[in-house]
Amino acid sequence: MKRLELPDVQVGMELPELAIDVTATTVILGALASRDWRPMHHDRDFAQKRNGVRDIFINTPHNAAYFERFVTDWTGPAGRLGRLRFRMKDSVFPGDRLVFSGRVEKVEVDERGCGWVDLALASRVGGKVTTECSARVAIPTGPGDNPWKRRGDDWQP
Amino acid sequence: MSDAKAAPADIPEEVRSWIGQKRYEQEGEIEVERGYIYTSLASVENGNPLFWDEKVAEELTGGLVAPPTMISVWFRPHHWAPGREKAAQPLQVHFDLKEKLDLPEAVMTDNTLVFREPVRLGDRLRTWQVLRSVSELKRTKLGTGRFWVIDVEYVNQHGESVGTESYTGFGYRREGR
Repeated sequence: MKRLELPDVQVGMELPELAIDVTATTVILGALASRDWRPMHHDRDFAQKRNGVRDIFINTPHNAAYFERFVTDWTGPAGRLGRLRFRMKDSVFPGDRLVFSGRVEKVEVDERGCGWVDLALASRVGGKVTTECSARVAIPTGPGDNPWKRRGDDWQP
Repeated sequence: MSDAKAAPADIPEEVRSWIGQKRYEQEGEIEVERGYIYTSLASVENGNPLFWDEKVAEELTGGLVAPPTMISVWFRPHHWAPGREKAAQPLQVHFDLKEKLDLPEAVMTDNTLVFREPVRLGDRLRTWQVLRSVSELKRTKLGTGRFWVIDVEYVNQHGESVGTESYTGFGYRREGR
C-alpha cells in the first residue's frame, strides 16, 4: 500500500498527471453522488437555454472529489486533507479530456508536530485551465506517525 | 471564514441584514452512509483503500470515514419527500439572494473547504449558513450580476466541527433578458 512520508517530498516536486475522459454519465454520476438535482448537471436543454453553455457540466462537489482523488492517489491513504481551495474558471463538459497536474509549493512541520505539504494544482481541458486549486495535506512525518489520529489542537488545517 | 463583511448601498435592506447572521440551521436529512460514499468514489474512480477496505480504515482512522470533500452531501435535501410541495434548496441563502436581487441565473466560482474531525459512517451532521458579502454590480461574459460569499459550518452529533465550506457565487442576468 502506498505511503508517502514527509522526507520523500521536496518543494518543486511534480505530482503524476491524471487524465480523465469526461462523459455525460461521469457528469450525472457526480451530481447524483453529491445529491445535486439541479438540471444544469443532467439536462442539456436546460444547460443550453438557461445557463447559455453548450452542455451539462461538472458540479462543485464533483470537482472537489476529483482534486481529492488526485492528491490522495499521490499520498496514499495516510494522507489527510486539511484544506482545499479552488476557483472554477471554466465549465467541464461531456467529451472533454480533463487533465490534472500539481506541484509541491511548501513542506513543513507545524508546532504540534504535524507534517504538511502545500500543493498548487490545476485541471485543464485542451491546455486551458478549467480550475485552479490549492491543497494542504498532512502526511506522516515518519513510520510511526498517522495524521488521521490527530484531534483538537493537534489538528490545525 | 471570509473576513469580508460588505454590501453595497443599492441592495435591499433585508439582504444587508443577512450579512454575518447565522441562518437555516438544520440537521441533515440522512446519516452518513456507504451508498453515497461509493457513488461519489465511483464518479471519480477513487480507489483509496481508506474508503473501501475496513481493515485499512480501522488501522488508520479507527473505522470507516467518508471522503472529506463529501462534506456538503450530508445536508443536501432530496429532490422530493412526502408532504414537500416545493423542491428544497441545498444552499438556501444562495437562492434567497437570486430571488431578492432579481438575478435569475447563478454559478459557483470559488470554493474553500477546511476539514476538521473526520466524518464517520452513521454521523448525522448539523449545519448553518452565513452570508459574508455581496459585491457591486459586475459585468462578466455570462451576464451582469453580483458576486456573494456564503460560509457553511458543519458539526457532528457530538457538537464537534467537521469542517467549514465557503462558497463564492455569481448571480446574474444574461444580456438582453
